[in-house]
Amino acid sequence: MIQLAGKRLVQMALIMLTVSLLLFLAFEADKYSLAGKVLGAYSTQDQRLLWLEENGYNAPFVQRYFTWIINAARGDFGESVQFATPVSKLLKDHLLNTAVLGGLVFTITVSIALVLGVLSGIAEGSTRDRGITVLAVITTSVPEFASATILVAIFVFWLDILPGTSPFSNGLTWSDANQLVLPVMVLVIYNFGYYTRMTRASMAEVMTSQYVRTAILKGLPYKRVIMRHALRNALIAPFTVMILQLNYLLSGVIVTEVFFSYKGFGKLLYEAALFGDIFVIEACAMVAVFIAVFSQFVSDIGYTLLNPRIRFS
Amino acid sequence: MTDTTAEQTNTPDSNSGLKKFLSSFSLLRESWVGMIGLFLVVFWVSIAIFVDLLPLQDPLAQTRGAINLPMLTEDKKGIMHWMGTDDRGRDLLARLLHGSRVVLFWSTLATIVAYSVGMLMGVTAGYRGGWWDEIISFMGNVLLSFPQIVLLLVILTAFGPNSNVGVWMNSTLGLGKTVVSGALIIVAITFSTAPQVARIVRGIVLDLKTRDYIAAAEVRGEGPLWIMLVELLPNARGPLIVDACLRLGYVIITIALLGFLSLGLPPPDPDWGKMISDGRQWGYNGLNIMLWPALAISSLVLGLNLLADGLREISLRD
Repeated sequence: MIQLAGKRLVQMALIMLTVSLLLFLAFEADKYSLAGKVLGAYSTQDQRLLWLEENGYNAPFVQRYFTWIINAARGDFGESVQFATPVSKLLKDHLLNTAVLGGLVFTITVSIALVLGVLSGIAEGSTRDRGITVLAVITTSVPEFASATILVAIFVFWLDILPGTSPFSNGLTWSDANQLVLPVMVLVIYNFGYYTRMTRASMAEVMTSQYVRTAILKGLPYKRVIMRHALRNALIAPFTVMILQLNYLLSGVIVTEVFFSYKGFGKLLYEAALFGDIFVIEACAMVAVFIAVFSQFVSDIGYTLLNPRIRFS
Repeated sequence: MTDTTAEQTNTPDSNSGLKKFLSSFSLLRESWVGMIGLFLVVFWVSIAIFVDLLPLQDPLAQTRGAINLPMLTEDKKGIMHWMGTDDRGRDLLARLLHGSRVVLFWSTLATIVAYSVGMLMGVTAGYRGGWWDEIISFMGNVLLSFPQIVLLLVILTAFGPNSNVGVWMNSTLGLGKTVVSGALIIVAITFSTAPQVARIVRGIVLDLKTRDYIAAAEVRGEGPLWIMLVELLPNARGPLIVDACLRLGYVIITIALLGFLSLGLPPPDPDWGKMISDGRQWGYNGLNIMLWPALAISSLVLGLNLLADGLREISLRD
């Protein structure tokens, strides 16, 4: 167990290191272009050279990379060109907002998916199962920015009951909570389908297993068979997959944040990409990869902890 | 004995292969979900191919005094705009239908490139194994640990049409703006999609390479390249066809999304994603502009997903 965790941690560190090297190569290998990006297109050659000298960019590439990665590990990603504030401060505020949105979406999505998945998995091939499966395919086919458009058309322009943007100009307060409804709805609609299908597949597999058949044949009430015998084993696989899917959820969160101009991590990254705010892009990408790799780690460890067959072997 | 069976499974004459392929489509009739999917896909593909033959307005022609018209209105010249016009007075129906060609062309190309790269990586990693497999799998893990949009944003910021690479392709190679953007988008999508394809192919190949007919082929003295391309890949096609359908849907979403984020193909060619983001600036007037492309993307991707579902159902049956 500890050995597995250690192995995974080493893999995690290796991936993070490779990603950081790739990012550094992509954005900072050409230092003259970097100086142009930081100082603006209208800076003179002398200014750029001076900036490179002052900030230690004339050191060899390897030394620059190590200085950068050590600072990054300490949480110091330099200063944003666009906002002239430390990147770490920007990142902290925006990540908090994203955590609120993402957490809400994840909780709601998982609850809906578990109920629907179990309902369709225990009666494989029934009309209910077919209906839920088709619904899941339809909702996963509509990309976030398309469903957001359709929902805005309905709830903002037609019914006029919800705000069409979520800037939260006064910070995250309860009085503005209705601004969260549409972004959450968009993300839940797109994501619940996949989770539901995972749960359904796992539930359907467990329902055909020997011990469930035994439980039914020995005359236990159906409800008890489902709740005590089937569910606990059926939920192991989908739960780990759901955590693994945080990566994809984050992709969707970025799009949704841009659509509703919600001041989160995704909007920060997108605006940095449009502006060419290199240090913010690097920091955001590192954080995104960290979230992805870390959720993979949690999911791996969680699987071994949850699955008694592995735990006791 | 093994030799003859191997011959039969490995070199089916093209006639029976074609027949099998067509009969798999006739099997689709049994799954109504798959039929709806096939209908939607065929609808959009035929629009994309034959859009020039339809009696439509010029998708690029701008009409003064006919800006943001609602549905089913005529402009001053008496031209009917079935879906209305956009903020430059261009006919929306024409732009929507012409947009299907843009989306389908670039997404199919991107899927083909990404699939070829992914299959090559996967089949070599699976068949060769060893250090090559380690490297491919590790690089795949690295690329897959990026959320897709983050990877695309990083690639297109560092090497996009406005970067040194894009400018160089434009000025030195003399490529048009659309070609440069399209090519760079394809590269970005390949980086984000090929690892997934490679992972699937590698898994299938690891299973297939223990089969007898591969051993037979090795005994016959066939080269590794021949075995990979002629023996392994054709036998892995079942799950890959289903996956390619789904993958094309994702790539369509991605290309439309890049258009929406204004990182896609340059104007003025109609692009569904860009049409949505253009319409958003006009509030209530723009509702018309953004709603149609949103429905168009959704129906096309839905068609592909339903088709993939139907195909999977059939492949599971036999």
